[in-house]
Amino acid sequence: MRAAVTILVVAALASVPLWLRDPYLLNALITTGIFVVGAMSLNLLLGFTGQLSLGHIAFFGIGAYVSALTSLGFDVGLPGGVRLVHAPWPPIAGFLLAILVAGLCGYFVGLLSFRVRGAYFVIVTISFAEVVRLVALNWVELTQGPLALTNIPSIALPLPGIGELTLRTKMQNYYLVLVVALVAYLLIARLVHSHFGRAMRGLMENETLAVSVGIDVTRTLTLAAVISAAIAGAAGSLYAHYIRIIDPEVFAFINTVTMVIMVISGGKGSLAGPVIGGLIFGLLPVALRPVMAPEAQWIAYGGVLIAILFVLPRGIVPSLAQRFIRPRSGAPALAPVALTETGAKEPA
Amino acid sequence: MTARSIAMNIEQVAVRFGGLVAISDMSFTVGEGEIVSLIGPNGAGKTTAFNVMTGFLTPSAGQVTYQGTTLTGLKPHEIADLGLIRTFQRTGVFPNDTVYDNLLIGLHRQGRVRLLDAILGLPGARASERRLRQRASELIEWVGLERRAHDAAGSLSYGEQRLVGVALALAAEPSMLLLDEPVSGMNASETHRFVELIRSIRDRGITILLVEHDMPMVMTVSDRIVVLNYGRIIAEGTPDVIRNDPAVIEAYLGHGAGRA
Ligand SMILES: Nc1ncnc2c1ncn2[C@@H]1O[C@H](COP(=O)(O)OP(=O)(O)OP(=O)(O)O)[C@@H](O)[C@H]1O
Ligand SMILES: [Mg+2]
Repeated sequence: MRAAVTILVVAALASVPLWLRDPYLLNALITTGIFVVGAMSLNLLLGFTGQLSLGHIAFFGIGAYVSALTSLGFDVGLPGGVRLVHAPWPPIAGFLLAILVAGLCGYFVGLLSFRVRGAYFVIVTISFAEVVRLVALNWVELTQGPLALTNIPSIALPLPGIGELTLRTKMQNYYLVLVVALVAYLLIARLVHSHFGRAMRGLMENETLAVSVGIDVTRTLTLAAVISAAIAGAAGSLYAHYIRIIDPEVFAFINTVTMVIMVISGGKGSLAGPVIGGLIFGLLPVALRPVMAPEAQWIAYGGVLIAILFVLPRGIVPSLAQRFIRPRSGAPALAPVALTETGAKEPA
Repeated sequence: MTARSIAMNIEQVAVRFGGLVAISDMSFTVGEGEIVSLIGPNGAGKTTAFNVMTGFLTPSAGQVTYQGTTLTGLKPHEIADLGLIRTFQRTGVFPNDTVYDNLLIGLHRQGRVRLLDAILGLPGARASERRLRQRASELIEWVGLERRAHDAAGSLSYGEQRLVGVALALAAEPSMLLLDEPVSGMNASETHRFVELIRSIRDRGITILLVEHDMPMVMTVSDRIVVLNYGRIIAEGTPDVIRNDPAVIEAYLGHGAGRA
């Protein structure tokens, strides 16, 4: 049953470029798909560990820049008169490096912030994103600053024995994004249903109890941060090679907010949540474009978000699942019986 | 008392919260395979003692050693890895998960697999997963919660939640178990069953330190009792000795009768 639904959804998604010929819509679907991957990565942290990364776009942006610079090459002066010269590598190497570097950044951010719980992680991630944005803006020799990195090559898939396939058309990029999204989805699904996912859930629900049965908080949360950041980095790389131009605006706070909205509306802590939320908020601009100026659209997003959460408070997927699939009793715990009343009747 | 090897050694532990002395100069030992109860009126410092033993609190003075390892500076999860596992007076379960999933989380220590194995679903990880599921079912059966296995733990009655808490602790494969008021909120028959449960836990070779207000139960089950009052040990001995100890009677009467 589950497998059938999955196959059906994947087949439907895969069929889209075959009947959707409008390049504008296909373009919207591709960028939406890239942001859906970003939202899925955010959900791994927010939904499955309860940690809010309010600078999540940093990992996405780092992935974009790392991938772009790897494939464009650079020649920069470092302190001490050293010059760092890098000849262009194939974009696919950039993609892999983007995952690696973003993951490493996730590791350090996690290491910095997970010794203390609560708002600390939120603050560290926001600051991190801002610092990275300033670097991208001011290290002009490397990043071109506000002038943007341009002419980023499209991803080319090496085909052993034949050569390589450069993904130039929208249809090709659509399938690339779809495959990456499916892999990310599967990876997150496997992770959260494993031993590691249970440790994350345990920590989120009752940290004291979780550590008392041997769950290592710092390690578990850091692991989630690394994987989340790495996936966000992959999405960033896709973005860079698809749009083929990036500037420091990619690090804008509003981009993180967009991802958070996607996760919350679709339902944090559910695998499909960020996909549904991502599709809605990714495609909403397309629907609103004829009727609203881009600035005014944010008001509409707010309205849609509020409407969704008003009707489905836990987000679309979890609320619907609760309503239609598995009605749980949800009865609250009984009040504790007064201590003095118990056991007294028990013979010694 | 027969000579046993010492499982836990509490040496001159003191805990202060600002000006409040929660525990002062506490020293006692628990032998391997023994059932020792730590009793005392409300606020005596029993839970605080548990918090020190399991790494949730650092003592202001003194130290605890468990099976030869000094616990000072270890984090709770590291202490759990030594096989020293506790239950909680209040927050005992993962409320939004089913009882079954609660136990799977509790089996963390048994389920460690490599990340890549888990993500790729390699045979080793699958076999481990099967073992965990099997074990979770066994534990649920063992505490008699089969009918509740697929209900959210937070929806269970208070007494049932306590059982889940104990099953969770057992899932972590303790060599020593610290139980903080396990039968509070249980009715007489539940308590009776629980005593049987404690005995069978001990029969598996697990050392038990019990904090409990239910005196009849404590007297029935304990090999030895340590009595705490205002953070000090005021008596220590077998149930018969404690029952007739004037200082103990005084401490309990001083806090209002009815408990002892
Ligand atoms: N984190 C804390 N900060 C400040 N004071 C605390 C803290 N934890 C406990 N105390 C105080 O230390 C004393 C001992 O508390 P503790 O919880 O150990 O008592 P207890 O013996 O477990 O009592 P009960 O039978 O009610 O559970 C009490 O006066 C309590 O108010
Ligand atoms: Mg207590």
